[in-house]
Amino acid sequence: MTTSNTPGTLLTPKQVADRRAQASHTSPCVSMFARMLLRAAVLRRRRAASALLAMIVAAAVATTMMNLYVDVQAKLRTEFRNYGANVVIVGKDGQSLPADALAKIESVLGPKTLAVPFSYAVARTQDGQSVVVVGTDFARARQLNHWWKVSHWPSAPNEALVGMRAAAVINPKASPNRQPFELTFQGKAIELAPAGMLQTGAGEDSRIYLDQSEFQNWTGIAPSAIEIAANGTAAEVETSIRQLAQLLPAADIRPVRQIMEGEANVLSKTRATLYASATLVVLTSALCVLATLIGWVFDRRRDFAIMKALGASEHLVNGFFAAEAAALGVVGAILGFFIGIGVAAWIGRVNFHAPVVPRFSVFPYVLAGSVAVALISAILPIELLRRVQPAIILRGE
Amino acid sequence: MFPRIVYESFRCQARRKLLAGIAITLGVAVATAMIAVATDIGDKINRELRSYGANLVVTPQEDTLDVEVGGVNLKPPSDGAFLNEADLPKIRGTFWHHNIVGFSPMLPVTVKIGHGSGAKDVTLVGTYFNKALRFGKEDFTTGVRITHPWWEVEGEGKCGDGRLARPGRVEDSPAACGWPDDNSQNILVGERLAAKLGKKPGDTLEISGRQLTISGILSTGAAEDDQIVAPLALAQQILGKPGAVRRVYVSALTKPPDALSVRDPKAMTPEVYDRWYCSPYVESIAYQLQEAIPHSHAEQIRQVAQNEGTVLSRIKGLMLLITLAALLASALAVSAAMATAIYERRVEVGLMKALGAGDLAVSAIFFAEALLLALVGGVVGFSAGALLAHQIGRSIFSSQISIEPVLFPIIIAIAVFVTFAGSAAAIRRAVKFDPVFALRGEG
Repeated sequence: MTTSNTPGTLLTPKQVADRRAQASHTSPCVSMFARMLLRAAVLRRRRAASALLAMIVAAAVATTMMNLYVDVQAKLRTEFRNYGANVVIVGKDGQSLPADALAKIESVLGPKTLAVPFSYAVARTQDGQSVVVVGTDFARARQLNHWWKVSHWPSAPNEALVGMRAAAVINPKASPNRQPFELTFQGKAIELAPAGMLQTGAGEDSRIYLDQSEFQNWTGIAPSAIEIAANGTAAEVETSIRQLAQLLPAADIRPVRQIMEGEANVLSKTRATLYASATLVVLTSALCVLATLIGWVFDRRRDFAIMKALGASEHLVNGFFAAEAAALGVVGAILGFFIGIGVAAWIGRVNFHAPVVPRFSVFPYVLAGSVAVALISAILPIELLRRVQPAIILRGE
Repeated sequence: MFPRIVYESFRCQARRKLLAGIAITLGVAVATAMIAVATDIGDKINRELRSYGANLVVTPQEDTLDVEVGGVNLKPPSDGAFLNEADLPKIRGTFWHHNIVGFSPMLPVTVKIGHGSGAKDVTLVGTYFNKALRFGKEDFTTGVRITHPWWEVEGEGKCGDGRLARPGRVEDSPAACGWPDDNSQNILVGERLAAKLGKKPGDTLEISGRQLTISGILSTGAAEDDQIVAPLALAQQILGKPGAVRRVYVSALTKPPDALSVRDPKAMTPEVYDRWYCSPYVESIAYQLQEAIPHSHAEQIRQVAQNEGTVLSRIKGLMLLITLAALLASALAVSAAMATAIYERRVEVGLMKALGAGDLAVSAIFFAEALLLALVGGVVGFSAGALLAHQIGRSIFSSQISIEPVLFPIIIAIAVFVTFAGSAAAIRRAVKFDPVFALRGEG
């Protein structure tokens, strides 16, 4: 500290005025200013602490809400992917897709995107009934279609997954039957063992699912449809569809409107509710800060009066209170930000079983908001006090 | 004396009381609005989730296998069993009929389009679009426009009787000409099929010797894009089986599954069975549909039914946590405002104590004031919060958010409690403060 005064010595009003006239930011002046700020915080610990607490709570709540608002939409989108494919690629006019289609799709959409090939054939059972047989990749289908209720997934060769209703047709005698059965397709027969039962409540119940390579060996039919669960926002999915259309000109690429529109609908309603609630919560906590800080500043009208009585200019006094408020805002914002990130992560873990990723891009907004609220709540009472003679305040009236 | 002190305090310090009152009012308003939204959000999102379509399907008990690949039905048309169309209005007579948003019967028929060697097989599906039905004394409408909201009909300008088509919500266009009337002989053609045939709205298509008018082009993003969709009565005429329905899609509001929902109703004790039967689980609604429609089998469509529970519970949980945050923030705002208001009146406390008032008397005055503020702020805040919730419901969900009357005493009690709790610490400090210092103005 480079100070020319011994600590505790007060400057006369004239000296203060002189110093200010010389240079407004010489070091003694700055150090005095800093000391006043520090003493104000230390001497009135209790009131300062309650103001800081309000600030921290408000900043924490604002951080939590902003973090949630951004992250929850991404979290909900992952939940919506459990509804299954939102894009379907089929060969034009029932043609098979090119053999490298799956590899191409993965190269465009990235390895994280789920793409499941399906190929279809109508085979006959031993008693001449028609049944749809589907070749697919079980590992992928299992990931894509979470809602499939499967008693046991096939693992051994020549094991098939049999739909509920198809099972009743191939083996009408008993339902949990693991007897092998025979299917014929264009004269070629295949013996299959039912590994498990599939229940979905939709068309899948009438079908028999086979591993793709076994299916292709038997029927010679290559995949004619690929179902894709494309991640991201509606716009990102649109972009993916356009990219795929360029890549696979021989195929028909269709968004699954039922899934896409349902998702868009629910998501937009949730987002709007979240936005409204976040606004309300942040406003309430800002109000809390305002009430506390106004009280705090009002309480210190004696300091204000003494400063003025000692000859401090309006600028200096305003600057002092503003700096104090700003310091409070900054400290509150920093502490509140980290607490808020913690709370958001906790909510993510409790509600979505995955932590909300901390978003540091939110920090500038929280900081600016905190400082702004602090400044407003400091300036309001100062404006009121300015009109009052210091003598009246000092007399305690 | 006591009422006078309180009265004068309000009269002389109107500005300060107003500040504290505003804080309480705003706090209560936010709390009310958030509680109302959080308690109603489950129902609202449940309705929005119905935009994913039907979550139940009713089929004949003795149904044969569907043989369908890529939207083309390969099963002989008259094969298998049918449901009776006359039984369908009974769906409105089930226990949970208020939860049933709508239902659509489906009757696929394979028809030939064109002549000679150019003829091809196309699936024609008969259904309700927005059919007016009657069960008992109750009139209602149902059909794909309710159960399949993603179906879009492009009327492409004028068609049929020359009016403009207005695709969209049922309420907006009760007789939009893009959608055929349920009693007409008009049909919708899937967009890919229409492109292949080169047909547009207003054209006619010959099916089984009938000249049918195309009233619109249907876009669904699914198998229907390659099919023809017609009124159910027309499909029954073509098939030659009046009253026949292959399956019925039912869209119902359900409760997310829990431990009780997945239990087998046959193995339940009577009390558990009653509880299960009277809960709107997708399983119990399926069970009741089976009871209502003879020789039927009702099944949940797992793709829709299984996922909505998770989405619903996630959104409900989120709103609950946010409501807690809102309650905390408004409680803090109220406490802070009260503490400030009391702290400023140390001199008054000093004076009262110097005149011989006991701690109890001083506290009583402050608590009486706090109670008054809380009651007034609570009532005003509750009304403002109800209005806010109403606005949120209107602008986001375009429906009412109802406020339970039981919420009113709870909210007022919370407001009084929070105001007291916020004041308590400040009152204790004010009372403990030495009157001498307070009167000298040191503190």
